[in-house]
Amino acid sequence: MTAVTDILNALALLSNFVLVPGLAYGSQLALGALGVTMVYAVLRFSNFAHGETMSFGAMITILVTWWLQGKGVNFGPLPTALLALPIGIIGTVLMCLLFDRFIYRYYRRQKAAPVTYLIVSVGILFILSGVVRFVIGPQDRMFADGERFILKARAFKEMTGLDQGLAIKTSQGVTVVTAVIIVALLFWFLNRTRTGKSMRAYSDNEDLALLSGISPARVVAITWIITGALAAVAGTLYGLDKGYKPFTYLGLVLPIFASAIVGGVGNPLGAIAGGFVIALSELLLTFAYKRVIAYLTPGDWVPDGLVQLLATDYKLAVSFVILVIVLLVKPTGMFSGKTL
Amino acid sequence: MGFLSGESMFGGYGGADILQGCSIGVNKGEIAVVVGPNGAGKSTAMKAMFGMLTLREGSVELDGREISDFPPQERVTLGMGFVPQNANVFTSMTVQENLEMGAFIRRDDFSTTMEQVFSLFPVLAEKRTQAAGELSGGQRQQVAVGRALMTQPTVLMLDEPTAGVSPIVMDELFDRVIEIAKTGIAILMVEQNARQALEIADRGFVLVQGQNRYTDTGAALLADPEVRKAFLGG
Repeated sequence: MTAVTDILNALALLSNFVLVPGLAYGSQLALGALGVTMVYAVLRFSNFAHGETMSFGAMITILVTWWLQGKGVNFGPLPTALLALPIGIIGTVLMCLLFDRFIYRYYRRQKAAPVTYLIVSVGILFILSGVVRFVIGPQDRMFADGERFILKARAFKEMTGLDQGLAIKTSQGVTVVTAVIIVALLFWFLNRTRTGKSMRAYSDNEDLALLSGISPARVVAITWIITGALAAVAGTLYGLDKGYKPFTYLGLVLPIFASAIVGGVGNPLGAIAGGFVIALSELLLTFAYKRVIAYLTPGDWVPDGLVQLLATDYKLAVSFVILVIVLLVKPTGMFSGKTL
Repeated sequence: MGFLSGESMFGGYGGADILQGCSIGVNKGEIAVVVGPNGAGKSTAMKAMFGMLTLREGSVELDGREISDFPPQERVTLGMGFVPQNANVFTSMTVQENLEMGAFIRRDDFSTTMEQVFSLFPVLAEKRTQAAGELSGGQRQQVAVGRALMTQPTVLMLDEPTAGVSPIVMDELFDRVIEIAKTGIAILMVEQNARQALEIADRGFVLVQGQNRYTDTGAALLADPEVRKAFLGG
């Protein structure tokens, strides 16, 4: 029986430190990558401002959350931020439409090259990060409230009698559930509705879409609405889970782009798969396996070191390396998106 | 000169004019075929008539109405359908979705039109849930033509519909084109396979360097020894 208990302990350990955080982080990356992929599929450029757009959405949600908290409103065991999220979404969508109207539209009319758009998006990145720091300041902000855990480590231990605890934070549960709902809605929209299909048609073959009477202005506007909504949700969920720090969102751009490209840029399914691949690889490669090995092998086999492949400082390098490998081996990504 | 007609068209893509005053027209229920050597401006003439190219001189009329300044989308709503030569299907979308997108401008129920397309091209009904990009060349052309038919056009313009398909598939496509014309639709098409196309043509236009060289019925052009010698390989 001890063998079985040991294996279960090892599994609990892995779940607690890799699987559960990986699912939550993967959902956040997937939502972010979906936004990047939508812009790429329809507007045909890499939107480097997406990280800051997420930050902007999270900021609005936080401001509204504070206002709600000040009014004494709460959402029971769930974070109040979920109540504020719709306003965060609206604000971010408006911001995206505004930037499109006054900046991107100008370049669309010029029929600018994709690389011009990319540089423009970098400009917008700086504007947005400035705005965010100006409004909410550069400090860390905690805005998660409600119940902190869905499953506490001690409760898990008492329930199962194992030595290892498994904790699931509310923010992690909320992240995964929200991501599933959003993704289901998005796929329903893209595959079942006339407008969604017209977006896919426009992304597939712009000229033929024009010949079919699909209005580009409308498709572009809807793309920004979806992108803004996805960014606000992803930014808020990331902030809830890990605490809101304005500067982290710039760093998020890399794993998000890696997710989109690994999955196949322009392909929504790929963005989701890519998000989980990147998130789980980051965690698997930076996890210290010593205690897992201790459970799975006879006592004297346990090595002295931590059996950690990479220090956690190298997390970002993992997405970089995966990105490079995919671009070298299969540039269209796992789900055959467009070649960059 | 016809239900749809382009009169003395001049124009090009900047620089020298490709169209040097050619006139092309087609009546309802007729098949008009434009043939000529490479670079004669056949496809350019089609684009000009569909509004994808601005004319410098000359006019395009549909049912007696001047439409020279209309953008392509507006011409679609007026009852013109266009099948481009390349990239004429949404490759990542299913056959059925392609047809739905063809009917995008229609807000009414288009299921009967879709059934008509499926009865015209039965193979598409079998493959309706398959991505158009996975189909063979001939089947893709059928999707492309079907997509254009979804708006119930009065004029159907085809830019080299048989490019890159086998002779058997070509014959089949031409049979379908005749069937479509019989329903009263005007068909204007550009063809590389000049001889076979002229065989089914009510009118034929031989373009050379952007001008009309010969204009006659398809049969008369096929019988003309000069045309045969210069353009049909004897």
